[in-house]
Amino acid sequence: MMRYLPSATILAQLGLIFVIFNMLVLSAAFMVWLERKVCAYIQDRHGPNRVGYEGSLQPFADVIKLLFKEQLRPKAADAFLFALAPLVSTTAAFAAFSVVPFGTQTTLFGLLDEPIPLQITDVNVAVLVVFAITSMGIYGIVLAGWASNSKYSLLGGLRSSAQMISYELSYGLALAAVIMMAGSLSLREIVLHQSGTWFGVIPRWYIIPQFFGFLIFLTAGVAETNRAPFDFPEAEQELVAGYHTEYSSMSFAMFFLAEYVNMVTVSAVATSLYLGGWLGPFLPDWLGWVWFLVKVFLILFFYVWMRWTLPRYRYDQLMEFGWKFLLPAAVVNLFVTAAMVLWIG
Amino acid sequence: MDVAVFYIFGAIAVLASLFVVAQGNPMHSVMLLITSFGALAGLYVLLDAPFTAVTQIIIYAGAIMVLFLFVVMLLNIPREDPVQRTASALLGPTGMRMGVLLSVVLGVEVVWAMSRMAGAGFSEGPSAPSVSSVAGIGGELFTRHAFAFEATSVLILVAMVGAVVLARKEQP
Amino acid sequence: MIGLNHYLILSGLLFAIGTAGVFVRRNLITVLLSIEIMLNAVNLTFVAVGRYRGNVDGQIITFFVMTVAAAEAAVGLALVISLFRHRETLNPDAFTSLKW
Repeated sequence: MMRYLPSATILAQLGLIFVIFNMLVLSAAFMVWLERKVCAYIQDRHGPNRVGYEGSLQPFADVIKLLFKEQLRPKAADAFLFALAPLVSTTAAFAAFSVVPFGTQTTLFGLLDEPIPLQITDVNVAVLVVFAITSMGIYGIVLAGWASNSKYSLLGGLRSSAQMISYELSYGLALAAVIMMAGSLSLREIVLHQSGTWFGVIPRWYIIPQFFGFLIFLTAGVAETNRAPFDFPEAEQELVAGYHTEYSSMSFAMFFLAEYVNMVTVSAVATSLYLGGWLGPFLPDWLGWVWFLVKVFLILFFYVWMRWTLPRYRYDQLMEFGWKFLLPAAVVNLFVTAAMVLWIG
Repeated sequence: MDVAVFYIFGAIAVLASLFVVAQGNPMHSVMLLITSFGALAGLYVLLDAPFTAVTQIIIYAGAIMVLFLFVVMLLNIPREDPVQRTASALLGPTGMRMGVLLSVVLGVEVVWAMSRMAGAGFSEGPSAPSVSSVAGIGGELFTRHAFAFEATSVLILVAMVGAVVLARKEQP
Repeated sequence: MIGLNHYLILSGLLFAIGTAGVFVRRNLITVLLSIEIMLNAVNLTFVAVGRYRGNVDGQIITFFVMTVAAAEAAVGLALVISLFRHRETLNPDAFTSLKW
């Protein structure tokens, strides 16, 4: 009996990984549906409403359609890198979620002897791991742009790498302010540091002392995931479809998947850093993941809302905004936070 | 377990680096070098230095290599002429002598270092001093190495100005 | 059991590969990449010895090496770009106008 128990923990861990992977795939499908629906209502149309209830099965129909399409490759493309690019994009998108905690420790209703945390792995440099994996995601886009050997793809790839490097700085500085407040690099400890309330009603989430940091993080996150109003790598009116112009069939679907999973990951990280992760009032502790899902959904909805409300920037405006406004603002935010931690505690 | 991980990452690092040097397409070289850096980051984790591993990925693979990719893409660099890549044509007698000298020096150095450390293993177990603490690294960096830290920031500023001046279009 | 010697041999190999690249290759980009390989080999030695001695000095020197590598890459690539503008080639043998 005793020898059986550790393997039960391992099984639970494997099950957790399986569940998270599939949840991410499903969330991407859900986001596609949500995006099309919200976009439709914003533009006073109905959106997809044929497949399934209110078109809810539309993403799956799309995937099946893409599966049966022919895989095309331009003659002058670099075969190996052309095939590698979507893999890099998707892998980076999924890998970043592995350090995000989404619930308290659980024994699965007493099924396990020792509780496991609802998180794939808790490394002590988790915030930096997220940062590192996000920065690896650039390669998928750059490689796709270069390997396609097409001018639109190349321009899209170049734009995206410049954009992601520029906004990574503000992203990192916003993270540094939170790390300073929590005194830890582990996402789980950062979330736990946000437990409790001020004056009995206001939750001690970092969005309150770090409101500007939250705005900087969200803006930089939108730019990192190449979403409107910063969607230059694939600006349709100028670049056809940007870096994935030459992609078809499943490799196109993988870029699509990567984009939505990236959005989910950025929202989940923002939830852990600023909105108190799985912490929240009214619900018992073991239902914390419900709060987590609600918060992530709100940020995702904001993403979609913003995309269909704001027009695209011009590229020089984007660079000017990133370097001349967002980065100085992030530096000031870091200094103010440092002073706050030092003198107020 | 550790042994297998070491040999896998070590083999990846060596093979990838070898192909960086051995094949002619600069774009492939950059990608292979990123693979090699990833393997080295794995070795750093094995060496109980997760913070260094992550900085390796962020700085080397995420920033420096993007710079290289950018230049390769912008210049659309041609492959080298195959004629020039034959070793005998480009390594003159001076080059050959230098190469022999350097390999002898490196070989002697490695053998000397290894004989000094004969069979030294890493201290393991709970009593072993931990080198993985981020706080420990930060403390050392900002106290004993504070001057070097400030000096590097000046270096980076100089490099930044230098790069901008060198790469900008010349005024007509 | 993996000891310090394994890491020393590995980093010696990497360093040799990097040096060979600097000497053998006739493409400025690849030469710069080979220099990065050499710097990384040195970093590996620093971290391994730091682990062996049980202090963080090895890792701290690694950070300084990384910073210097970043500065070197930025300036080096800027030089490559301006050289390429003048001669349309990256063969270092083409840049010999100061030789006499």
